Amino acid sequence: MSRVDDYRAIVGDEEVDELYLLAERLKGKSVQNINSTATGGGVAEILSRMVPLLRDLGIDAHWDVIKGNEKFFTVTKEMHNALHGLNVEVSKDDLEYFLEVNRQNQEEMDLFGDIVFIHDPQPIGLVEKREHNGNKWIWRCHIDISEPQKATMDFLRGFIDRYDAAVFSAPSFARSDIAAKQILISPSIDPLSEKNRELPQGVIDSVTERYCLDRNRPIVTQISRFDYFKDPLGVIEVYKKVKDHIDCQLVLAGGGATDDPEGPQVLDQIRSAVQSDPDIHIIYLPPSSDLEVNALQRASTVVLQKSLREGFGLTVAEALWKAKPVIATATGGIPLQIEHRHSGILAYSTAGMAHYLMELLSEPEYAAKLGMNGREHIRNNFLITRHIKDYLCLFISLYHKEDMVYL
Amino acid sequence: MSEGFHFYTQHHLVEMLGLNARDPGELLDGIKAVPASSIYYHTHHFLQKHHYLSPQPPNDFAFWLMDILHQNRLGEEFLSIDTVRYCNLESLRKRFVVLLEDYLSNGGANTDCLPGFEFHFLACKTFILPMPYVAHNLAEFAVILKKVSIRSLYFHMFEARMRLGVPDNDFSQWLKGIGEEGLANEISRLDPYNMTLESLRRKIIRMVEGRVQS
Repeated sequence: MSRVDDYRAIVGDEEVDELYLLAERLKGKSVQNINSTATGGGVAEILSRMVPLLRDLGIDAHWDVIKGNEKFFTVTKEMHNALHGLNVEVSKDDLEYFLEVNRQNQEEMDLFGDIVFIHDPQPIGLVEKREHNGNKWIWRCHIDISEPQKATMDFLRGFIDRYDAAVFSAPSFARSDIAAKQILISPSIDPLSEKNRELPQGVIDSVTERYCLDRNRPIVTQISRFDYFKDPLGVIEVYKKVKDHIDCQLVLAGGGATDDPEGPQVLDQIRSAVQSDPDIHIIYLPPSSDLEVNALQRASTVVLQKSLREGFGLTVAEALWKAKPVIATATGGIPLQIEHRHSGILAYSTAGMAHYLMELLSEPEYAAKLGMNGREHIRNNFLITRHIKDYLCLFISLYHKEDMVYL
Repeated sequence: MSEGFHFYTQHHLVEMLGLNARDPGELLDGIKAVPASSIYYHTHHFLQKHHYLSPQPPNDFAFWLMDILHQNRLGEEFLSIDTVRYCNLESLRKRFVVLLEDYLSNGGANTDCLPGFEFHFLACKTFILPMPYVAHNLAEFAVILKKVSIRSLYFHMFEARMRLGVPDNDFSQWLKGIGEEGLANEISRLDPYNMTLESLRRKIIRMVEGRVQS
């Protein structure tokens, strides 16, 4: 497991020194993170790296997971889709069941943190228990709620407004109808994690060999959970348009999460869309496949992220950190990571993405420059050290009302 | 003997105000309504975020007017505001209000942006922390300035003057106190808004080291 001091070589001594200075101000405070899954998906990934680093800084940080069954996660997935703006109606019975599971968890969990840090909608109802103690509560929303279904948003607002602060990943997620203080904190990647650390060429070669990829032809990759919002079928369409002109391969690789029951259904649809093209590689990765993801990203010529909606899109940051040229849709937090034609390419349609893919595959020097600029942008703005600093400031802010705080 | 120079650093936590603008008229309404910390954020945050890029991107208002609304003439008015001449945020806010009011009253187009490209008003809360570094003379000052974060440099050059109401940057004030009037004035004359923070750091270090060697 990485130590905070290990990051000095990447971000500089002064950045790490200041993390210790901020952490000192939280001495004696416990921070209890709660989410709905221990593995799979961006939230669990961030917490698995963040919590040990906070502890290394001297913060009494903890991570608990709520209990839920398949029915609960089917309801929360519906809510997730509704918050992303999909036209789904979450029934009254489903909302009742959501509350029931949250109340069971309230009874079973010890909500002991001086700061209780709830991640995403699944455990949002735990805040009902806050009357019983004087601690601070934060709700961290990792999803895009810029155009949610009104009924679901109205239901959640009743909970959000009971938090001291609500944290969002992009400015466009801000809402005028929330009473809680709204904070902007982008998520991050960990440059020392298995998924992002430097890899010897031999490891990259062995992974590409295992998945039968031809290193002599361009490899176009999208790494994502198998989810409708990641538009895997759209990616196949992009590939088919380009394949007519450039002999390339497509890799669609990803896994699932215990709180996402839709994955297998999406995977089936992708497999039927692929038919018998041997140059399309559908790779289902189990949760412990970070090394494979790392190697596949590093072996790629161009990385795509054709999301229709995106909480943030950390796979973009992962690819940029590896200095890969990325073409991604301008949704959620992706425009924060990519400045069009400087640190990557922003596309708005399947046709546009295919056009840009042709361009980058034909102009490798330009593509390489985009990748290098992207890596520096990630270094300065989207590494875990910046994320920790923002969280430390957020925790400290709960105890200070003024705009300028002298510590 | 004068007191040493105590280095501080600062961190921002960004708040979202839930207020958006779709056209210059709404931008005007927003600029009038938001707290000073929002004016500060939108005119200063780029200095820290893009420290590796040169030239610096403009302030957020100018960027939105030019890149999103394509109101280039109005955007350039915002872009060319000499921020270093404004000693507080309210005077800066007044300047923005006058520019937008003049534009709208002279028949300027109140163009809508495309959905999804609204201007989102943000603000920031600032945390100021003392660093364990004190310079007692110019040589020590240069050594410490080389190793502090750019946030520390930023705090002493921008934050103190614009938000704490002190008349000059912290470095120049201290230098005057130790009888280095000439060096203090040289640093005061710099326009820190038109260079990267790393360039600014190098320039100040060069000035100080030059003075030590003279």
